[in-house]
Amino acid sequence: MVGNGLHSSPSPPAPLPKGEGRPAANPFAPSALEKRKKLKETVAQWVLAAVTLSLIVPVVGILAYLLVQAWPVLTPSFLLENPQNYMTAGGIWAPLVGTFFLVLLSLLAAAPIGILAGVYLNEYAGDNWATRIINLAVMNLAGVPSIVHALFGVGAFVLFAGMGRSLLAASCTLGVMTLPVIITSTREALSSVPMAFREACWNMGATRWQTIRTIVLPNSISGILTGVILQVSRAAGETAPILFTGAVFFVPVADHGWDSFFPYGLGDRCMALSMHLFTLATQVRGVSDEVQYGTALVLIGLVLAVNSFSIGLRVYLRSRKKW
Amino acid sequence: MRIHVQFEHVTVSYGAKTALDDVSLEIPEKQILGIIGPAGSGKTTLLRCINRTIDFVAGAKVRGRVLIDGEDIFRIRNVYELRRRVGMVFPLPVGLPLSVYENVAYAPRRAGLHDRHELDMLVETCLRQAMLWDEVKDRMQMLGTKLSGGQQQRLTLARALSLRPEILCLDEFSIAIDPVTTMRIEDILRELKSEMTIVLVTNLVQQARRLADRTAFLSAGRLIEVDETETIFTKAANRLTERYVTGDVG
Repeated sequence: MVGNGLHSSPSPPAPLPKGEGRPAANPFAPSALEKRKKLKETVAQWVLAAVTLSLIVPVVGILAYLLVQAWPVLTPSFLLENPQNYMTAGGIWAPLVGTFFLVLLSLLAAAPIGILAGVYLNEYAGDNWATRIINLAVMNLAGVPSIVHALFGVGAFVLFAGMGRSLLAASCTLGVMTLPVIITSTREALSSVPMAFREACWNMGATRWQTIRTIVLPNSISGILTGVILQVSRAAGETAPILFTGAVFFVPVADHGWDSFFPYGLGDRCMALSMHLFTLATQVRGVSDEVQYGTALVLIGLVLAVNSFSIGLRVYLRSRKKW
Repeated sequence: MRIHVQFEHVTVSYGAKTALDDVSLEIPEKQILGIIGPAGSGKTTLLRCINRTIDFVAGAKVRGRVLIDGEDIFRIRNVYELRRRVGMVFPLPVGLPLSVYENVAYAPRRAGLHDRHELDMLVETCLRQAMLWDEVKDRMQMLGTKLSGGQQQRLTLARALSLRPEILCLDEFSIAIDPVTTMRIEDILRELKSEMTIVLVTNLVQQARRLADRTAFLSAGRLIEVDETETIFTKAANRLTERYVTGDVG
């Protein structure tokens, strides 16, 4: 009865082709097929790497060009002095401070609302028609062009809320613009915390809020913060939303002392870097190229610095991930 | 013998699929009830009804009543108190991203226990009962998520015990634990029986035979038979039960 077992029926599968010309001495020498595979692999790798590398060419090119062109004006006084002589001379202190306050106030307005809404949508809201409509609204809000945000800002904040054209109105407009992205990045950060953690807590009688406060938020706060910080650069770079809502060509501000650090009140119109650059380039005659390039370099440098900080923070916090 | 948990014509459906079909079952106090049955027979669904974690399953509909001490738990408002009274261990080991100590102290803290000394005592007791104490006593500040799978499973058991529940539901608790440790935990469960009612879902038929006072056999969402464990294993009334416990299921 030997041989009448389970493997009696079909013949064993044919062995894989060994490849022509494989020397008997070296069983690991590549066959012709393997050589072709290796060639394709190498080509694919180099093409993909070349395309990826080409991404940094524009960034480096723009930065290098700006740096070369702006070199003559790059002194500390360029940053610390106010524009003079109808903006054809002096520095960029007033618009720099304006941008700082615009971004700070817009995040103060948008971050709490965005984070709390993201927590609600991810942790509490059930899957029903109301949630779907809100999700759709958030997605659409993220896709609205910034000039439309500007017009909304004029209607809602400048006119309806009676803020007038002011730092506050411009900040609120920027806040509305950054809100949907903050909501979305908050939700992504929250949903990266495994569901099993929440269920383990609920099983032990923890309420949803206790679970959020003790497990979900501590393990997603890094992702949430990164999302918020990335919005700094977006808010700093936008011109359209502040164009009609609070930013102006020129505001004479204090050169020295305490007042130069807080040159604008909430109800005042302010200067901003992006707006300043637009003005220098198109509205004022006799501005030297160096001043324009210098302003552009400071703006892009600011954005790059904030983004790099955010990426560094993300890398650092990811290395401390707890599971 | 007092009835602790009572299922009255409980039917649970997930959309078109019926997971539990008209189950009526009485679970006596301070005994171990074993629940056996093939995959998809509704064992886990039955457990989820006892502490209402079935609420988290999207689309699950429950009909009928589940009574604990005569109270319909699907009508109570304080579901958190219910879950504190019913400890639950699911088969997937979950270490919370907290220290080993805080893993076990988590639920008592949320329930309002803050006395450091009492917490220390409680954490040690629970870890000892879960047979984990000797392995972690020198590294209580280590992250629970960094323990091995079997250790995390025992950590899950320790957490379930941390509220001194009156009902303990175990769903395949020994799946990631080695046989020797499993035997020791089984001894602990026999001791814990004097304090709490234990519902033990297991695929290891012999584990039910070793531990359970009574055993229930589920198949395709229906309760086929429930009786004294010895009766189920030696003279089952139903042919299906007999074939399942003797391994003749093919």
